[in-house]
Amino acid sequence: MTTYIQTVGLVHEASREAGRRRRRRSEALAGYAFLSPWLIGFVLLTAGPMLASLYLAFTDYDLFGAPTWTGLENFQRLFTDPNYLQAWKVTGSYVLLGTPLKLAAALAVAMLLNTKRRGRGFYRSAFYAPSLIGASVSIAIVWKAMFIDGSIVDRISQFFGAEPGGWVGDPTRTLPMLILLTVWQFGAPMVIFLAGLKQIPTELYEAASMDGAGPVRRFVNITLPMLSPVIFFNLLLETIHAFQIFASAFIISNGTGGPAGSTLFYTLYLYQRGFVDFQMGYAAAMAWALVLVVGAVTALLFRSSRMWVHYSGDAR
Amino acid sequence: MTAATVLPSDAESLRLRRQGRARRGVQALIYHGLVLALVVVVLYPAVWMLISSFKPSNEIIGNVSLVPEGASWANIQTALNGIGGVSFWTFVLNSLILAVGSVVGILISCSLSAYALSRVSFPGRNVFFTLMIGTLLLPFHVVVIPQYIIYNQLGLVNTFVPLLLGKFLAVEGFFVFLMVQFMRNLPRELDEAARIDGAGHVRIFTSIMLPLMQPAFVTASIFAFIWSWNDFFAPLLYLKKPDLYTLPIALRLYVDQTTTSDYGAQMAMAVLALLPVLLFFLVFQRYLVEGVATQGLKG
Repeated sequence: MTTYIQTVGLVHEASREAGRRRRRRSEALAGYAFLSPWLIGFVLLTAGPMLASLYLAFTDYDLFGAPTWTGLENFQRLFTDPNYLQAWKVTGSYVLLGTPLKLAAALAVAMLLNTKRRGRGFYRSAFYAPSLIGASVSIAIVWKAMFIDGSIVDRISQFFGAEPGGWVGDPTRTLPMLILLTVWQFGAPMVIFLAGLKQIPTELYEAASMDGAGPVRRFVNITLPMLSPVIFFNLLLETIHAFQIFASAFIISNGTGGPAGSTLFYTLYLYQRGFVDFQMGYAAAMAWALVLVVGAVTALLFRSSRMWVHYSGDAR
Repeated sequence: MTAATVLPSDAESLRLRRQGRARRGVQALIYHGLVLALVVVVLYPAVWMLISSFKPSNEIIGNVSLVPEGASWANIQTALNGIGGVSFWTFVLNSLILAVGSVVGILISCSLSAYALSRVSFPGRNVFFTLMIGTLLLPFHVVVIPQYIIYNQLGLVNTFVPLLLGKFLAVEGFFVFLMVQFMRNLPRELDEAARIDGAGHVRIFTSIMLPLMQPAFVTASIFAFIWSWNDFFAPLLYLKKPDLYTLPIALRLYVDQTTTSDYGAQMAMAVLALLPVLLFFLVFQRYLVEGVATQGLKG
């Protein structure tokens, strides 16, 4: 009798265990089934091509015939290619100047809009609009028309004592022109800053005011630290984004990167090498160099964030 | 000491209150004046583009004024004539097919993938989630070259396949992320109750998740549509026949072809190419701005 009960118990236990395992297996199966679009896409369109371009980076390949292995030659050529170095100069200046200016504008306007006054929603939408259209070909054409010889901006800059002449044809002024275009799109980070500012408890400001802190002290000692996770998020996204500017530079220079290479952005040069000259191996080496640099910058930002980003309990 | 000596008299307090209100009124006036001036500066290029499309070409460059002297539809007419024998509406149709295709692909593939990442527990889930976030930070140029080579070998250049396949395979991690975040905020009790009633994942996904996901779907659709509509790089690579061109590519060809003097027609075409985006913005600005605020989406 007892053995019978024990046996039944054991069988029960075993079948429950089997059931649990079966359920776990069917759960895993369901997970992979639902994830399959992304899994297939990741293997076929991301991971596979990444490995393929890593291989191509060590070859010479013009789309016809087979790639020929050339070892490190592509990478060695990168360091001596004056156009490549120019592309880094242009892109680097753009990232280093454009991103901080854009974020500063975004934060300043967000501070201005962070009130309980009426019209906040309207202002927020109005300032956001350029972010939606700024990267389009249409706006690049408008920008060009606004900055050429005899244009509005030419007149305004003459009024402030600048040499007459359009910005589009002047190699020293094309980069400022494109930086202005990115700063103009401050709306998206501004909206994110506004959401972050709303999270800062007002008691902190009240307490600080009581202790006699002025607006500057309150900004430096409360707003900046409380907002630092959001600043970090915006900085990371905008920086990575800035490395990849393409359409506006392409339209403004008609795909040439001119005048005098002043708009030869990294992705534009990559496009020229890969898809105009069909030097696929060289372009793949360029692409991987970009991944490594963007990866290093990302790592650096994360590393530095430990020193200046404050995650307090309820912030974020 | 009586209260009267400490508190101001009724008349005086009324005066003080009125003074305060007046000061606040002036402050509000200065504030709105300042912010509105900023709005005008920021929106100036867009409004200038709109107005210029109605001006004769020789009146555009250097003309600061936003008031056209006698509006004309001539530029719009020229733009609608099309380019190189291809009708303007062909470009619109191509852009539309790609944008609608992207929306459909992204909604299907990303909602399925997001369900797996937020509602099903299976080995490797966290690894996949991390990889998905990683693709958000990856410059896509590193995958473009091999992709082009393969599509070229398969004879798919000059078809819409290279532009749409990725959308049906959830390659745009932003949308997966957006939907994962949204699903995580839906109460788990719903699926648990359904599970007790014997519903499987397919039932839970179709009859519980999909109806509740509407707001996320609206946000994702708008962004997917606009991004596809404005996309320049991919159509530039894969569409090389004028009758396959999307609006941005056609626009680029137009600027390239016309002698630089016909700015009126360029502006008209630029406006026409942006029109759906501007309409979307006017109608859905709430969704767009809220989407950016909560998801940190790029515009």
